[in-house]
Amino acid sequence: MEGVMSHGNDLNLKATELRLGLPGTDESTSKNNKRTANELVKNSELLNGKSDAKARDGETVPASKSQIVGWPPVRSFRKNVVQPKKTEAETGNFVKVSMDGAPYLRKIDLKIYKGYQELLKALENMFKLTIGEYSEREGYKGSEYAPAYEDKDGDLMLVGDVPWDMFMSTCKRLRIMKGSEATGLGSGV
Amino acid sequence: MVYSFPEEVLEYVFAFLSSDKDRNAVSLVCKSWYEIERWCRRRVFIGNCYAVSPQIMIRRFPEVRAVKIKGKPHFADFNLVPERWGAYVYPWISAMARSYPWLEEIKLKRMVVTDESLELISKSFKNFKVLSLSSCEGFTTDGLSSIAANCRNLRELDLRESEVEDLSGHWLSHFPDNFTSLVSLNMSCLGSEVSFSALERLISRCPNLKTLWLNRAVPVEKLASLLRRAPQLVEFGTGACSTEIRTDIFSNLVEAFSGCKHLKSLSGFWDVVPAYLPAMYSVCSRITKLNLSYATVQSPDLVELISQCSNLKCLWVLDYIEDAGLKALSSYCKDLQELRVFPSDPYSAEPNVSLTEQGLVTVSAGCPKLQSVLYFCRQMSNAALIAIARNRPNLIRFRLCIIEPQAPDYLTLEPLDTGFGAIVEHCKELRRLSLSGLLTDRVFEYIGTHAKKLEMLSLAFAGDSDLGLHHVLSGCESLRKLEIRDCPFGDRALLANAAKLETMRSLWMSSCSVSYGACKLLGQKMPNLNVEVIDERGPPDSRPESISVEKLYVYRTVAGPRADKPDFVWTMDEDGALRFS
Repeated sequence: MEGVMSHGNDLNLKATELRLGLPGTDESTSKNNKRTANELVKNSELLNGKSDAKARDGETVPASKSQIVGWPPVRSFRKNVVQPKKTEAETGNFVKVSMDGAPYLRKIDLKIYKGYQELLKALENMFKLTIGEYSEREGYKGSEYAPAYEDKDGDLMLVGDVPWDMFMSTCKRLRIMKGSEATGLGSGV
Repeated sequence: MVYSFPEEVLEYVFAFLSSDKDRNAVSLVCKSWYEIERWCRRRVFIGNCYAVSPQIMIRRFPEVRAVKIKGKPHFADFNLVPERWGAYVYPWISAMARSYPWLEEIKLKRMVVTDESLELISKSFKNFKVLSLSSCEGFTTDGLSSIAANCRNLRELDLRESEVEDLSGHWLSHFPDNFTSLVSLNMSCLGSEVSFSALERLISRCPNLKTLWLNRAVPVEKLASLLRRAPQLVEFGTGACSTEIRTDIFSNLVEAFSGCKHLKSLSGFWDVVPAYLPAMYSVCSRITKLNLSYATVQSPDLVELISQCSNLKCLWVLDYIEDAGLKALSSYCKDLQELRVFPSDPYSAEPNVSLTEQGLVTVSAGCPKLQSVLYFCRQMSNAALIAIARNRPNLIRFRLCIIEPQAPDYLTLEPLDTGFGAIVEHCKELRRLSLSGLLTDRVFEYIGTHAKKLEMLSLAFAGDSDLGLHHVLSGCESLRKLEIRDCPFGDRALLANAAKLETMRSLWMSSCSVSYGACKLLGQKMPNLNVEVIDERGPPDSRPESISVEKLYVYRTVAGPRADKPDFVWTMDEDGALRFS
């Protein structure tokens, strides 16, 4: 460990601490401002030779390197190559939900709902509205809203026509339609 | 009495000189040779777009047909160069549009290219043949539409690794129906789906097409149809190969590949389902370059494929290959010259694969022609580096990235000085070196002493003091590019070696200890250098001179300070005053 540090009079870590920024040191010294305070502590530990101590004692190293800008030196197009291989059971099935007239969209995880009833309840809660009961014949009668979704083929479909599992695998995004446009969709034409 | 050949004869002789070095040497012989040479130089390479101006280039070389220009410093690849830093190509295009009507080739690297520039290119050069935009940005697919629509004699369109704003895939459909001259198309960086029928028709009518790198959006079930129309392909890059395997897709693919008797290079393979790989077995024995760096398949499947590629010269792969796979590589691919192993999970602290220093040692032992290495790993030892150096003294490029900054020799916990020292001592032809791991000033002493042919050096989190930098600047005679981040190098070494910087293309130092005062002094002393301070904290003047600058980029130039600096870049002027852009 000492071998790392002993390089005669040229070693002067104090002179180089401009780069390290231990907490409590002069903040006006040069630091890469992009790093967080945590990052600076981490780095100063590394640069003070603590990394070999860590390696020796088998301590765990910091969980993620992603806070050091540009390190490791991997091009950005390579960063997305590998999606962490999650199993189907682990990943959520997040879809966007838009409501006509709302300023921004929401996202929900379809996997947490066991069926249409739960989903519609959740949408009613999220957007503070009433959707009502589904019927094959009338769609969502009695409400000025109709829940619709965009399927794999890009078509706009009424929520509720197909079995829940099929809906889960084909639904790409949800849209809560409002007003006259809505009533045209499912109500008996 | 000096005898001289008539000009025409000299010009004829000079035409055989293709290397810039030779042509530059010839220009120095005498004034008349300078004159003759400059009129017949057809290709110009500009390693730093700010080292010279378009006007200077055009004035000296009036009859150029091909230009290659590089812009941002290499560390821009890793987001160390802020947005809007510069490297705009438009002034070059605009000047050349006026003065080089017969320009045929433009190759750019790390430059900002706008749709406006692309449109100007497409309309200004009647005989335009080659457009290569490597790691560029700033343009959209609309710009590509201009190129496709207007460049009637286009041979090459290469967009490798560029960041393109992908508005739609419609640009490809702009190639006219009578356009048949395409030889090379690399659209691998684009996201949108192009019209498949337009692509098919384009390929069908271009009999000279030799290189085709598709983008991820082209699914595997469509590949067979394309390959059948272009069996003459030499280089082919697939799209995503993730469609669930089906017998008909697979057998079509097998048949299509077997018809490609000239394929030498394969790439693509995004998300490839391993079961597709055997479809390529028929071409493996001819393959010399294989880019599997997007293929997230495990080692056994990789080995199956690689074991058939006995003529492989160049392999790019993810670390899924593991030590076991590299061992297989070293026994099957005796012609291997270049190996690049990329990290599949660069940000996790714990290794996710069984790839260590051992894999590289094995390849260095088993592949006698290995000369170029890029290797990401999580542990390294001096012993391994020494073994690699002894095994492969013919190494030319050695770039090692140990993922944890300042990781010591994992066996002895010592710095990796002696290991890298062995590399530079044994590999006398080494031209490019990237260091990582725990390193003291000693490694730089070794480098300064031995690395006489070294042209490019990349450093991160290394060294103890200015002595380290001094060793490099004073010892590395062939050094052209030096890029440094997060090293404790400061004013003394820089100022003591100011003259050296004029012999180099450029120096980059970020998160080091160079003070603003030293930068000013350097700018004053060296009028032929642009000393650019990059600091997003505001004007360096507003802080004491002893404060270190965030980033420093120094390069030699005959064009003076650049006029297009953003508000966070300052050029240290000759008279010591700040000059704002």
